[in-house]
Amino acid sequence: MSQISSVKNATVLIFPSIQRIILKSRNLPILPIAIIVAVLFLAIFANLISPHDPERSVKDTETGRPIDNYLPPFWMDGGSIRTPLGTDFHSRDILSRLIHGSRVSLIVGLVGTLAAGLVGTTLGITAGYLGGWWDQIIMRVTDAWLALPSLIFAIFLASVLRPSLWNIVIILALVFWSRYTRQIRAEVLALRERDYVRLAEVTGASRLRVMVKHILPNTLNTVMVLFSLTIGVAIIIEASLSFLGIGVPPPKPAWGLMMADGRGPLIAGKWWISVFPGLCIMLLVLASNLLGDWLRVRLDPQLRNR
Amino acid sequence: MKAVDDITFSLKEGETLGIVGESGCGKTTTCHALFNLLPPGGQLMGGSIHFDGTEITAKSQKEMQKIRGKEMAMILQDPMASLDPLFSIFDQVGEPAYHHRKLRRNSLKTQVEELLGMVRIPSPSIRMKEFPHQMSGGMRQRIVGAMALAGGPKLIVADEPTTNLDVTIQLQYLELLKELQDQTGVALIFVTHNLGIVAKMCNQIAVMYAGKIVEQGTTRDIFNQPQHPYTDALLKSIPVLGNKDPLYVIPGQPPNLAEPPDGCLFHPRCPKADQRCRVEHPPEVVLQNAQSSVCWMTHKEEQHA
Amino acid sequence: MRRFLSVRIFYSILTLWLLTIIVFTMVRLTGDPATLWTDYPGVSEEDLDMVRERWGLNEPQITQYWKFVSNIFRGDFGTSFQFSMSVTDIYFQRLPNSLLLGATSFLISLIIGVPLGILSAVKVNSRWDSIGKLIALLGLSVPGFFVGLCLILVFGVQLGWLPILGKGDQFFDIRYLIMPAFSLGWYFAGSLLRLTRSSMLEVLGSDYVKLARLKGMPEIVVIAKHAFKNAMIPVLTLAGLQLVLMINVAVVVEVIFQWPGVGSLLIEALLGRDFPVVQGAVLMAGAMIVGINLLLDVLYAMVDPRIRISG
Repeated sequence: MSQISSVKNATVLIFPSIQRIILKSRNLPILPIAIIVAVLFLAIFANLISPHDPERSVKDTETGRPIDNYLPPFWMDGGSIRTPLGTDFHSRDILSRLIHGSRVSLIVGLVGTLAAGLVGTTLGITAGYLGGWWDQIIMRVTDAWLALPSLIFAIFLASVLRPSLWNIVIILALVFWSRYTRQIRAEVLALRERDYVRLAEVTGASRLRVMVKHILPNTLNTVMVLFSLTIGVAIIIEASLSFLGIGVPPPKPAWGLMMADGRGPLIAGKWWISVFPGLCIMLLVLASNLLGDWLRVRLDPQLRNR
Repeated sequence: MKAVDDITFSLKEGETLGIVGESGCGKTTTCHALFNLLPPGGQLMGGSIHFDGTEITAKSQKEMQKIRGKEMAMILQDPMASLDPLFSIFDQVGEPAYHHRKLRRNSLKTQVEELLGMVRIPSPSIRMKEFPHQMSGGMRQRIVGAMALAGGPKLIVADEPTTNLDVTIQLQYLELLKELQDQTGVALIFVTHNLGIVAKMCNQIAVMYAGKIVEQGTTRDIFNQPQHPYTDALLKSIPVLGNKDPLYVIPGQPPNLAEPPDGCLFHPRCPKADQRCRVEHPPEVVLQNAQSSVCWMTHKEEQHA
Repeated sequence: MRRFLSVRIFYSILTLWLLTIIVFTMVRLTGDPATLWTDYPGVSEEDLDMVRERWGLNEPQITQYWKFVSNIFRGDFGTSFQFSMSVTDIYFQRLPNSLLLGATSFLISLIIGVPLGILSAVKVNSRWDSIGKLIALLGLSVPGFFVGLCLILVFGVQLGWLPILGKGDQFFDIRYLIMPAFSLGWYFAGSLLRLTRSSMLEVLGSDYVKLARLKGMPEIVVIAKHAFKNAMIPVLTLAGLQLVLMINVAVVVEVIFQWPGVGSLLIEALLGRDFPVVQGAVLMAGAMIVGINLLLDVLYAMVDPRIRISG
């Protein structure tokens, strides 16, 4: 019989893949966290940091009269370092408005998403754990609610509610709760079968106790991931509402509102009024999305591929 | 990390070689190296891999594609995962015949029917129009076998083909493979951790541990006079019917290949290890009957014998 | 397949029905609907009463709801205050423009997102992959209206190449269409890229792909035939959900570019306190989403033999 195959002194080396290296090291996503912390800082200390009053026009120090409107940023002709990013139609300082605008975006984004998370998680846990007709109702309502497009629904709600900061928060909660419910419920269905839950039930713990003490803490990972992913969308929705004029009412500065104000001037070439707030929105959303991605990879390997 | 370190073996036409070892010992990587299809991050360093007169290591991927599926084929462990859920049985079994042997239409159809018949799939002309999810596990693995034969290979590598099958079907499948080998004269490489299968199917055995072949020889020789302590331990851990003694378990864990121990790789778990084993890596010792073992103790055994 | 589809159709109808309930209750929960109809200063109690009479707001809620739903069933969404025509008329007059915009954006996203996603997956961890991942990230993080404004700034104002507002006189005028379509498709391209990439990666790691390679199939066949088709199935389902979000962004994009579609209609109606139109547009949007999801389910059922044969 002739030889069909022969292997001589073969050696195979395997190099660990880059992905494994990245996952092993505790790489904190520094940049996104830094951005978010910076924005938080701006929002909290806005009054101290901002050079001018965001809601009033900047006055010339000698004459006391408002300075020119539509001043460009300081690096362009006609700009001044006193209003580094330029002024708008009412001669208000763009930088100050940007800094104060962070408050609206952050409060609305954070609190709105938190409220949505609270409602959504509670419903998800009770639906998943208690089951029965309660579960059926919640599931059907959640499915229908998820069919509502977020922004359009938000616009609809904005039309029936009076415009105010807290109403926007309520709107966001109403728009986003269903996202939490669906995913939490799915997870609870799996958690319900775990041994420690069964054990607690068998030893006579009340259903409420089981839900709070055993199920809830184990869903927190998913909640955190959902939270960080939803903040970005919430911020964009708030900005869109403000842009369309149905968000936080003026003269309170909001980034979306600034972009709307700047739309007309933009066509005339005065771009700074719209672009800077747009960049801020972009950075904040980018940061929260990156953070959310990182959290997702670290906390829940099953979700990794999504 | 050396997944496979300096291994040497050879196979003749119609023979069956069994590669035995624990998970992670490098047996799967060896098979993939034969096909020159290493996972990303894997690289072949040195040595030669010969197949049917040609040097595999010298070939480009394009050239390899002509050989794979045609001259050499593989059967994987999980039959459900091996079959693409979106394509019909006919499509998948016919693929190698279509690409490599350029069969078309009627001759392709007949060939697929014939292949399915060879692996004992009932009513092949009807079955081949169906999809993988409509088949049972045993049938799927037989279809994978038909796929392997479709190119007319000289070598089939079966990587733990029965591990995912029901125990009751495992024997049937093994017998089928043996029958196919008798019919077609194909050479088989059987990768498994189960010595029982090896005893039944193979005439040559290579025992692998931590990326190295620690013992090689004919099945009879290895079972009757194992030279390497690892082989010995493997044989001892096969449960014997009627014997009430506690099962023998090899103490310890396989080594981390990224940080291998000094000397002989097996020494931390070896009952016969001495000072030399801990420090120096043993050479391959070839006995008169062509059995070989990589162990310092082999000399001593020979001297006693 | 029939069983799968009938279940889906049933749930779709159920969802539509729930939608009407949600819209109905939201309006009434937040106060007297009459004030929504007549939100101008100087409205007297008598005027409000007249409105209530006219719109049947004094009747029990169930009757009101029944009227609401049966009207919708007959296609009657009320009459617009601003335009003095029925809501359905004005809606369907503007709808083709939005559909044109949506279809073009979808195409653009598809052309950008899917091939790049496949490329990223096939050449995973390479430079191409990094570019792909970056584009996906930008797509998901940069809001569509910002993209729109930047495009207007660069191409409309500073370079002067493209017209900025409106749609132009022809139905299909690429010069007017390209910027809004790109702004709208931006987000969707990013999410498609990401979806395609992760789905492809999963499929490329599967055993049947490995076996296809072991069978000596040329790489192109492996990718185009086995990997692609299998990878597209989850992409289809998830993409459908993402497509929904495009309807959202469309509203703002239409406003920015003054594109005469149903998105800008919604805002115009909102600002003009034309409530029937607002309500109608919201309901229609929800209905469209349910419809698209159902359509995707049908596609999915046709493509995947597991559903087609034994579903």
